[in-house]
Amino acid sequence: MNGYGPDLHTIVDDIIKALTVHVSFFQVRQYVVQVVFSVTFAFSCTMFELIIFEILGALSSSSRYFHWKLNLYVILLVLIFVVPFYIGYFVVSNIRLLHRQRLLFACMVWFTFMYFFWKLGDPFPILSPKHGILSIEQLISRVGVIGVTLMALLSGFGAVNCPYTYMSYFLRNVTDSDILALERRLLQTMDMIVSKKKRIAMTRRQMYQRGEDQNRQTGFWGMIKSVTSTQTGSENLSLIQQEVDALEELSRQLFLETVDLQATKERIEYSKTFQGKYFNFLGYFFSIYCVWKIFMVKFWSQHISFILVGIIIVTSIRGLLITLTKFFYAISSNKSSNVIVLVLAQIMGMYFVSSVLLMRMSMPLEYRSIVSEVLGELQFNFYHRWFDVIFLVSALSSILFLYLAHKQAPEKHMAL
Amino acid sequence: MASLDRVKVLVLGDSGVGKSSLVHLLCQNQVLGNPSWTVGCSVDVRVHDYKEGTPEEKTYYTELWDVGGSVGCVSSVKSTRAVFYNSVNGIILVHDLTNKKSSQNLYRWSLEALNRDSSPTGVIVSNGDYDREQFAENPVPLLLIGTKFDQIPDNKRSDVLTRTAFLSEDFNAEEINLTIPHFDLLLFFTFQMTGFTDRKRFNFKSLHYD
Repeated sequence: MNGYGPDLHTIVDDIIKALTVHVSFFQVRQYVVQVVFSVTFAFSCTMFELIIFEILGALSSSSRYFHWKLNLYVILLVLIFVVPFYIGYFVVSNIRLLHRQRLLFACMVWFTFMYFFWKLGDPFPILSPKHGILSIEQLISRVGVIGVTLMALLSGFGAVNCPYTYMSYFLRNVTDSDILALERRLLQTMDMIVSKKKRIAMTRRQMYQRGEDQNRQTGFWGMIKSVTSTQTGSENLSLIQQEVDALEELSRQLFLETVDLQATKERIEYSKTFQGKYFNFLGYFFSIYCVWKIFMVKFWSQHISFILVGIIIVTSIRGLLITLTKFFYAISSNKSSNVIVLVLAQIMGMYFVSSVLLMRMSMPLEYRSIVSEVLGELQFNFYHRWFDVIFLVSALSSILFLYLAHKQAPEKHMAL
Repeated sequence: MASLDRVKVLVLGDSGVGKSSLVHLLCQNQVLGNPSWTVGCSVDVRVHDYKEGTPEEKTYYTELWDVGGSVGCVSSVKSTRAVFYNSVNGIILVHDLTNKKSSQNLYRWSLEALNRDSSPTGVIVSNGDYDREQFAENPVPLLLIGTKFDQIPDNKRSDVLTRTAFLSEDFNAEEINLTIPHFDLLLFFTFQMTGFTDRKRFNFKSLHYD
């Protein structure tokens, strides 16, 4: 985590780590999920590869065209038919009631998805009327809308977060004593948890030895017994248990805060080294570029902007994967890991397809033709305008969100 | 309560191997119904009668500190985790028998806990610089536990047992296979006996439940 610098090695490392760790963490056993995810990722990357080939002039143009078409068909097949169907299938499998006829319900879920997917085309002026119902433009246009919205949301947030993160690391001064104080608090909390759990264990043991089991209230005599004796015992226990739960939550928060402080301290130390200073400079450059992008639309040089946009896309893909992984850790369990990996594959595929759509805007004129040829006559201008609108909305909301979060932060550190 | 002595035991291992389930089983005598990812460290306590039935019987509180995370994570998490490793009386290393990588990572876990881990953070790599000598003079007893044996198909079981035999050899330990019926978690134990002459330290009797 070197900050926002475009260290390709770190980026690739992080992407691989996020994917590897994610898959091994939750031990996705179903091979079909692993295969589907890998296929989506592979074909998405191939699309970028083809763009690079286009610019470099590698391979003959007819074979490039063929591969574009092939790739596109496969990706659309996967994103619209395979992944949503399997998502429905695994969600339905987790629900006990529907488990028996899960195939039937999965098909129903998929048809519902297709209905809403189709309806997505109505409010947006994305197609000219001369297209048929079952043309590839129909599918790409809808996938494009979803993906472009996602990209714009993330870019908006990233454009605001990047300069903010830089400023905040230099304004916060983390010393060793801060970290030590927090660690001491953490250990004190753990000791309190331990002593309370010891009381619970000892009380339970004494109750068990006296021949009473608080958890079972079988029959009439059980009820009488529990009412007359050790009523206070069980009340005491549940009270202490509540205190323990609260303390455990506190210990988790303290742990995460300590990790945060350590990370900040390491970043500050790193920024004092040569490598750190180099990335700092690049970070400033990027921050200014991001801020500039919020207010300007036209680029002064097509070629440079293409490279920069490429880098921003790669780093935001990294950011996307990391953010999604963090988000899914918070809500997932062993049961839902299959669904999560598939949803991740779906989002990633749509994101990548729309990257290609948007990249056309920044590509030099001579290379735009292949993209237009392959993707058909879509209203590209609409996508650019839609991206700008969502980008602005996302950036402004991020500014508001970060401002509110920043206001809360000083109060937290006062408690130290 | 204060008169009872304190025994602190770390429970280490990769994410998802079953540490929280194991600790819950040992302390609450129940199977954990909804395991979730452990953030930071979760502690549980087990009351244990040392040398039960003999005149030297003494009751101990065994604190099981279940530390979450992975070996290959960022250094900020590692250095924060290190606060839990102070004054440890014993270490339980848990690995998943269906997952080879978790067994390999046990070396790094033990090194990290014994404060001798000097490898840089990064992607998890298979270990190549493990030194058996480091465990020869180790005063802290280690217990290796392999979980999910029941999820291994019958034809692969002999391979798994060979692999764990090598593992226990590397840790300079003896191996005991133990199955606990009626629970999903089938365990088998590898003991390291240095520093302890009393084999009954871990009371197997209390683990059998109806």
